Amino acid sequence: MPLDFYLNATLSGALTGLVYGLMALGLSVIFGVVRVVNFAHGEMMTAAMYVAILLAAALGLDPLVAMFPIGALMFVAGYLLQRTLINPFIVRPEHTQFMLMVAVAIILVNAQLLIFGPNARNVQVEYALDSYAIGEIIIDKVRVYAALAALAVAAALFAFFRFTLTGKAIRACADNHLGAQVVGLNVKQLYAITFGIGAACVGAAGCMLLLLVDVTPVQGPGYTLLAFIIVIVGGMGSLTGALVAGLVIGVSEALGGLLILPSAKSMATFAILILVLLFRPEGLLGRRA
Amino acid sequence: MTLEVRELDLYYGDAQALDKVSLSAAAGSVVAIVGANGAGKSSLIRAIAGIETPRAGSVRFKGEEITGLPSYRICDRGIGQVAEGRQVFPTLTVRENLEMGALLKRARPRLAATLEEVYALFPRLRERAGQAAGTLSGGEQQMLAIGRCLMGQPELVMLDEPSLGLAPTVVQEVFQIVRQLNERGITIVLVEQNVAASLKLAARAYVLENGRIVMQGTGAELLADDRVRQAYLGL
Repeated sequence: MPLDFYLNATLSGALTGLVYGLMALGLSVIFGVVRVVNFAHGEMMTAAMYVAILLAAALGLDPLVAMFPIGALMFVAGYLLQRTLINPFIVRPEHTQFMLMVAVAIILVNAQLLIFGPNARNVQVEYALDSYAIGEIIIDKVRVYAALAALAVAAALFAFFRFTLTGKAIRACADNHLGAQVVGLNVKQLYAITFGIGAACVGAAGCMLLLLVDVTPVQGPGYTLLAFIIVIVGGMGSLTGALVAGLVIGVSEALGGLLILPSAKSMATFAILILVLLFRPEGLLGRRA
Repeated sequence: MTLEVRELDLYYGDAQALDKVSLSAAAGSVVAIVGANGAGKSSLIRAIAGIETPRAGSVRFKGEEITGLPSYRICDRGIGQVAEGRQVFPTLTVRENLEMGALLKRARPRLAATLEEVYALFPRLRERAGQAAGTLSGGEQQMLAIGRCLMGQPELVMLDEPSLGLAPTVVQEVFQIVRQLNERGITIVLVEQNVAASLKLAARAYVLENGRIVMQGTGAELLADDRVRQAYLGL
């Protein structure tokens, strides 16, 4: 196969990977601060994608526009979920947290099946078939837009954590839980905000992904797993790590699909996961424990 | 009385950490709490601060009941804390650490002005403002912990072992600062393993043993007491 064939696949994999990265960023933010693994992450994203489909059908909203109201909606949903359901579980053993989040995931999947049926759906935007050509390399417009949107949201998130007092307070909670209580931070409130931010991230990522893939109600667990793998590869709690690992996994999926079999694209993903666990268990950009 | 603790009971599971502890601190005074490791000194501070919830008893601050309030509300009433082990935020910068102390409603509007005051008190912190707190020396971290507490504009400051693990010259500096804070009118509750130094400073002192107050008096009285001299001063 000619070289530009691989270049094409690599570039489009990288662009998709940025959206994966944003999805995983949401998981990483929640885990890094609240120390709860959101096992309903992919299911939450799927819910956001269905809302985007409804908005597109009812109002003709482009998913990249719909990501703003959907992000806000997901923030509120995540905030309330943490405040009501998850908060009492924070001090309980990890396996009970796991069961709680899996229960949330199962409820979401079945609710989506009930409401939307099992068939795959998608959104057709006007520019769905447009592309940019750079020499021999041809890139889909939707992929470029989705990747740029993912970068923009990620940049906004980094700025939030770096420059706002609330963002710094959230980092402080992650840094030293006792210290946060000592200085009088409202830790419960900050946890709920964090969960809301994580949910908003994955909601926005869902809107972007909707430009690239179809949605089915049963896709959730697969994306939860993917986000989980990306967070481990990037390094638990590292935000840049999640983005970089998203990129790596996106490229590996594209090249794995091309070199082996399209149906075997996840094989490359798991191979990377195993290699990282063997040789760099703290993740690409994670800190050594 | 600024702080009045009445018959406070605290349990960790089935283990009793505090047994009917009562103490009080007059406005603008220094109160010392001394006792061996595991006597319940840190538990007492955490119970007053709302980080642990007492099973029975009451804590009143400036005449108001604060028992059972969450820690952030108690901080907002004006009770600041310099916790054992300093508890700074290691990956945040010195400046960010200080800002975190001023997120209370009572302190937020004056954040910038208070920051200047703290920098004036600890010029070292200004020099290191952009540095991650985890890279500071132990003494500097203690200054940061005290500065961060002052950012909340407290009326009462509880210090838990502020001199622990510090070099002798730095220990002197810490006691100097505690005296300065008190001269500014801040009521001080001081828990220290450095019994002699803290009793000299204290208007009133309590000896805690196995979660109980076993002795109390003025700092001078306890300093002269044979049992205290034997048990805590090695004399």
